Amino acid sequence: MTALLEMRGISKVFPGVRALDNVSLSVEPGEIHAICGENGAGKSTLMKVLSGVYPFGSYEGDIIYDGETLACRNIRDSEHRGIIIIHQELALVPLLSIAENLFLGNEVAKNGVINWGEAYQRTEGLLKKVGLNELPTTKVEKLGVGKQQLIEIAKALAKDVRLLILDEPTAALQENDSQKLLDLMLELKAQGVTQIIISHKLNEISRVADRITVIRDGASVSTMDKHEITEDRIIRDMVGRDMAHRYPERTSNPGEVLMEVKDWNVWHPEQADRQIIKNAAFNVKKGEIVGIAGLMGTGRTELAMSIFGKSYGQGHKGSIKMHGVEVDVSTVPKAVKAGIAYVTEDRKGLGLILEEPIVKNITLANLAGVAMKGVLDKRRETRVAEGYRKQLAIRTPGVQQKVMNLSGGNQQKVVLSKWLFTEPEVLILDEPTRGIDVGAKFEIYTIMKELAEQGRSIVMISSEMPELLGMCDRIYVMNEGRIVGELDRSEASQEKIMALILKGEGKAA
Amino acid sequence: MAQDKKSGSALGERLRENGMLLALVAIVALFSILLGLQGKTFLQPQNITNIFLQNGHVIILALGMLLVIVAGHIDLSVGSVAAFTGAVAAYLTVKVGLPFYIVIPATLIVGGCIGAVQGYWVAFWRIPSFIVTLAGMMVFRGATMWMLGGQNIGPFPKEFQAISSGFLPDLTGIGQPHGLTVLLVVLAIGAQFWLGFRARARDAEFGIEPEPMALFMGRTVLIAAATGFVGYQLAFLKGLPNVLVVLIVLTVLYAFFTENTTMGRRIYAVGGNEKAAKLSGINSDRLVFACFVNMGVLASLAGMMVTARLNSATPKAGTGFELDAIASVFIGGASMTGGSGKIVGVVIGALIMGVMNMGMSIMGIGIDYQQMIKGLVLLAAVIFDVYNKAK
Repeated sequence: MTALLEMRGISKVFPGVRALDNVSLSVEPGEIHAICGENGAGKSTLMKVLSGVYPFGSYEGDIIYDGETLACRNIRDSEHRGIIIIHQELALVPLLSIAENLFLGNEVAKNGVINWGEAYQRTEGLLKKVGLNELPTTKVEKLGVGKQQLIEIAKALAKDVRLLILDEPTAALQENDSQKLLDLMLELKAQGVTQIIISHKLNEISRVADRITVIRDGASVSTMDKHEITEDRIIRDMVGRDMAHRYPERTSNPGEVLMEVKDWNVWHPEQADRQIIKNAAFNVKKGEIVGIAGLMGTGRTELAMSIFGKSYGQGHKGSIKMHGVEVDVSTVPKAVKAGIAYVTEDRKGLGLILEEPIVKNITLANLAGVAMKGVLDKRRETRVAEGYRKQLAIRTPGVQQKVMNLSGGNQQKVVLSKWLFTEPEVLILDEPTRGIDVGAKFEIYTIMKELAEQGRSIVMISSEMPELLGMCDRIYVMNEGRIVGELDRSEASQEKIMALILKGEGKAA
Repeated sequence: MAQDKKSGSALGERLRENGMLLALVAIVALFSILLGLQGKTFLQPQNITNIFLQNGHVIILALGMLLVIVAGHIDLSVGSVAAFTGAVAAYLTVKVGLPFYIVIPATLIVGGCIGAVQGYWVAFWRIPSFIVTLAGMMVFRGATMWMLGGQNIGPFPKEFQAISSGFLPDLTGIGQPHGLTVLLVVLAIGAQFWLGFRARARDAEFGIEPEPMALFMGRTVLIAAATGFVGYQLAFLKGLPNVLVVLIVLTVLYAFFTENTTMGRRIYAVGGNEKAAKLSGINSDRLVFACFVNMGVLASLAGMMVTARLNSATPKAGTGFELDAIASVFIGGASMTGGSGKIVGVVIGALIMGVMNMGMSIMGIGIDYQQMIKGLVLLAAVIFDVYNKAK
């Protein structure tokens, strides 16, 4: 079989950086081809070369598509050839309807006048294809991220896609939406749509991919067939070393109860009658890592943010004790003073000021710690930031570097530094390894381990059950705003967590 | 790998700051040549004094406007507020007969209150600042007319006029040249070198890529020469105008506030990413409110300055001030979306506007062309900025 796409010896140089170095990729018609690699390995750059974001001539090497050399000047050219890329950040217009979004720039029109009847009819057909039961007139903002992702795929189908590229399509999706998406990919494959998927989630890749190409440091390392795929091998190729232990070895020795949350109730910030957190109770001991498991949207983030200075919701009721004494956490400064820190799941949106340098981000939550009577001591500030740079191994030429230029893992370390500088006793980490590559994940785990050994308590919220099982001493399971169970490290397993979630669902109904 | 991508950005920013300074020098040079061809001298003591006297209010408004814009907002009302507070000052002085040492603080308080009212709606009710201050622009224009009853109020006693037309007395008693001016200029030049070298040493300590020595020296010598030249010219006229003293003090104060205080830092954080700032324990509402109160106080100071210079409060005073101030801030390199911009840049931006106003007026260019040219300069500065960032 001749390949649909053959990329040979692709190199792309940015000023000072060789982003791609002699990468080769071959995609057969009708297959799902996965591309794996750490953040910054060059996956996205490769896809930008393919889709014409970097025009023909700005890179070295050949792209043979459908038997001829592909020379795209821009995305329009590549779309014209049936190559469609769905980016991580969805490119839908929230205030327009599904139908309007599907045909945006590609309207069902004659002489610039839209034929709505036909547009709606075709929309219905496309929605059926991706398994969405929505009206074509529904505004996109009303849909969840999972459904929006499906709309993106429908949009690609509307353009007669031949090669569909999905850049981390499940990064923002919860478990069942992810499964639906993967099913859809298999279905499209059956219909003959060739696909390339970029993903960090190894279990998903091994489920859908026919072949995998691993990219490391801008070069293609290996391509393996379905029967050769094992998670360990992918990881080994990605990080270039054997990772026998994906989680650092830790012996835990929890002390007395440090933080205790009781009868915690929170209502939706806009809808006062909608209860989001229902009688939640949990505790964390000194030096302990406690996990909170649960599907996305069950209120884990809301629970954490409501505890942290009432940053979420209204009508808070319940008590929070530190060292057995009730504390006031009604504002962020008060919560910080009580010894609580919250590291957000939304690094770029809520955690960092991307335009500012590392140093200013690190001291932001504790400016008083580097100031005298409101006047900043910049020398001390730099020393503090340098200290965290070394301690957490933030890889950057210097702390004056803007955080937007850092990789996801290094950005996460900056957010962690910011909160460590407030000297917290309890750190609530919300999805601390989301969107971070395997190597950096291990580093974050190691930092967590060290913090626990220093006697700090960690509450870890995560959607990835393996990491909870790998890191936590105890795991609370949440469902629909309730804590439905608690598992000790010795008894916890993915099956037990899922069972608790399902049982909890029965209870709530 | 990804982290190396934009390591040139710090240098790019420096390039921009120096670029604006060069633009200012180029504009001054251009006018000197053009006016030279007409047989006039641009850089004579009277003109230099006038640049500050006639544009002092723009710089003052721009200082406050920078904070408002950095916090992610805008204030369209400053022209009207300046007019209104000028009218209040005139009313209190001329009609009520209060002395200047009561009128000045009272007017500043009125300005602060106006800023507080507008800031209250913006910060605590989350009404878009564009709307609130657009309303304020109309309300206070009307209030000015109402207050003045459609007439001008004036003239003022000498003490009040001194706000704008006074000069620093020569405490050294030398007289010609103005001894105190000479002394201050020498001190200022010394301070420029000292601060410059100290900042360089600090940059090196902080691991900031140092500016090439030639560039640093070139710029510092240029600024020192300009300071020396301006000082020399002023010393042989009447010395330092009060306005210039106020401007320098305020500029230094605001530069220190924005770069070296926790509150200044927090305002930038709010403009850069309000949600992240809030989750870091920063009370963004209160900071935005404070920015508007500050803007109101500075608007009233500018209002008094203009009223004193014209020696009467008029219903039409302050028209278009807000646009000059906003333009200065953006020429000075602030970002539309908030979170960035420097006091030094803003002052250079305002001086560029001021020099152009002055130069074109002396050349006898009509107000019609002046407006067009100023608009194009604003556009060019921002295009230069965007182009620089995209590189």
